Amino acid sequence: MSEQAHVARTLADHLPILVVLVPFLAAPMIVLLGSRILAWIIAFSASLTTVFIAILLLLQVHEGGVISYHIGGWAPPMGIEYRIDAANAIVLLLIAAIGTIVLPYAVRSIRHEIDQKHHTLFYTAYMLCFTGLLGMVATGDAFNVFVFLEISSLSTYVLVAMGAKADKRALSAAYNYLIMGTIGATFFVIGIGFLYAGTGTLNMADIASYISANGADRTIKTAFAFIMVGMGLKVAIFPLHQWLPNAYTYAPSAVTSFLAATATKAAIYVLLRFMFSVFQPDFLFEMNAIKGIMLPLALVAMFVASLIAVFQTDFKRMLAYSSIAQIGYILVGIALLSTTGLSGAIVHLFNHGITKAALFMAVGILVLRSGSSFYARIAGMGKIMPFTSFAIVLAGLSLIGVPGTAGFISKWILVQAAIEQGWWPIALAIVASSLLAVIYVWKVVEVLYMKQPAEGLTRKEAPLSMLVPMWIMTLATIWFGFDTDLALTAARSAADGLLNGFTMAGGH
Amino acid sequence: MFELDFILGHMNYWLFTVLMMIGLYNVVAKGNLIKKVVGLNLFQAAVFMFYISIGKVTGGTAPIFPTDMKIDPDVVYSNPLPHVLILTAIVVGIATTSLALALIVRIREEFDTIEEDEILEIETEMVRKENQACGDVMGGAT
Repeated sequence: MSEQAHVARTLADHLPILVVLVPFLAAPMIVLLGSRILAWIIAFSASLTTVFIAILLLLQVHEGGVISYHIGGWAPPMGIEYRIDAANAIVLLLIAAIGTIVLPYAVRSIRHEIDQKHHTLFYTAYMLCFTGLLGMVATGDAFNVFVFLEISSLSTYVLVAMGAKADKRALSAAYNYLIMGTIGATFFVIGIGFLYAGTGTLNMADIASYISANGADRTIKTAFAFIMVGMGLKVAIFPLHQWLPNAYTYAPSAVTSFLAATATKAAIYVLLRFMFSVFQPDFLFEMNAIKGIMLPLALVAMFVASLIAVFQTDFKRMLAYSSIAQIGYILVGIALLSTTGLSGAIVHLFNHGITKAALFMAVGILVLRSGSSFYARIAGMGKIMPFTSFAIVLAGLSLIGVPGTAGFISKWILVQAAIEQGWWPIALAIVASSLLAVIYVWKVVEVLYMKQPAEGLTRKEAPLSMLVPMWIMTLATIWFGFDTDLALTAARSAADGLLNGFTMAGGH
Repeated sequence: MFELDFILGHMNYWLFTVLMMIGLYNVVAKGNLIKKVVGLNLFQAAVFMFYISIGKVTGGTAPIFPTDMKIDPDVVYSNPLPHVLILTAIVVGIATTSLALALIVRIREEFDTIEEDEILEIETEMVRKENQACGDVMGGAT
């Protein structure tokens, strides 16, 4: 399928921009109407619409096509281009789906965790964050990425701070996230500035063809460094992860399940896009940066963050540290620099997203019924809340990577990719750090099933509006553990698209 | 390499780098939350300067076409694109600053201080109490 010349005649031609515009328009509508019930209905229908759009887009590109959408009819490189290929269509679908499934769950969860007068603003910030994440992924313009990054970041800080009703530390967590996130975004924008100074264009495909034709001078190498560090902060690459544990722990549960599954994933996608499509991976400086810096850091993250997770006494904080470790796996897949490694990374990005969403939703249910997620408070819940606890077990198995779950598939591909390159120690490291995951997941299972519940507390199973979304996510982790074709084919064509870059992507 | 011409010729880069480092230093080193935000602003302002200075074309004038669109081919214009980008970035910067200040107000209400070390002290105390109440459930029972 060749690149389509862009003449937008029907609504279907505008899908790449509609995926961003629908939630974007929903946000001010929610504020203007100011009704809590309408707010939810608008937010949910908007996000459901984006899911349909994302599916339509994925169907158009999953075999290797590219949709190039010119905003306002201005042709790139002058105009802003939205560019959908297999790699970002799958990330768009992940973000849209998780954003939609979290919403029904959020109704009960935020009634408990956020003041009623803030509910409409919660949905507004949620929609804006959703817009920002989708925009970051859909756009083909380097500066546009920054704008959407800031839209999503600013609303994320607000969402995290909304946890202040339950714990005032949400405020300082949000503040620290704001400071670090802004430094990261500013580094990113410096990188874009150098890139513009070096190439004279902001269109990603145009930058890519300039670099492949003229090579990279020192300005462009500097740009690469700034962009990697800036995005690295957003991804929470190991030493840049300091904002993550507190922000995830003190944010409202619905926010944590949404962010953990989408925000870092969108940032990883941007990182991938710049590493493989904009800059050419065969440049020596980039190889050195990836093999010499990123790979060791990813390996350290896998072990150190998992070890810290083992010693936590709070379920939610444990999951936050486990997220940092899982990001390590994704980065290892990227650093292997092969199609197998990259598709492993993309599948793991997807699988870890749904697994973590399920687990954080379960945490939110436990918090609703027992007031906090400390192990001492949730002890013995296996008998009182069998549905929630069993979902935790299943999603926990996927976190470890037990066969039959989604987590197994992605780790299997990562191990395969490492062996393919002859890097046995890395394959062993992936297996070894999965053993640490066994320990921290087992601790939770032990607390839930083998401890006596604290006395004097009467608890019951969670409301259906929370159980159903959580079980959808949990069953999805099982489904993708058996039906591997769907995710694998998409990931493989995504990896091909990324490795071939913009220069090749349109040429099939 | 470091001749006078080189240094003067890259004046905008020197200024941008110095201002940026002052800002970044303030964000990292200051304990007062508002001073951190000021540092963040300086840091961002430095980036704005950098962007605007790379749009400068030697001898170029303001990029405004005459209304009759009779453009003199000899006139050199500065590159307006970085300016436009920075307009967006300034708006983002203002939003970030106002959000940070709003957060500081809320922090002041809850913690009764805006000094980072005092907030940290309060938080450490909270964690200690939590550990006392909900401490090591794994150790005690066996």
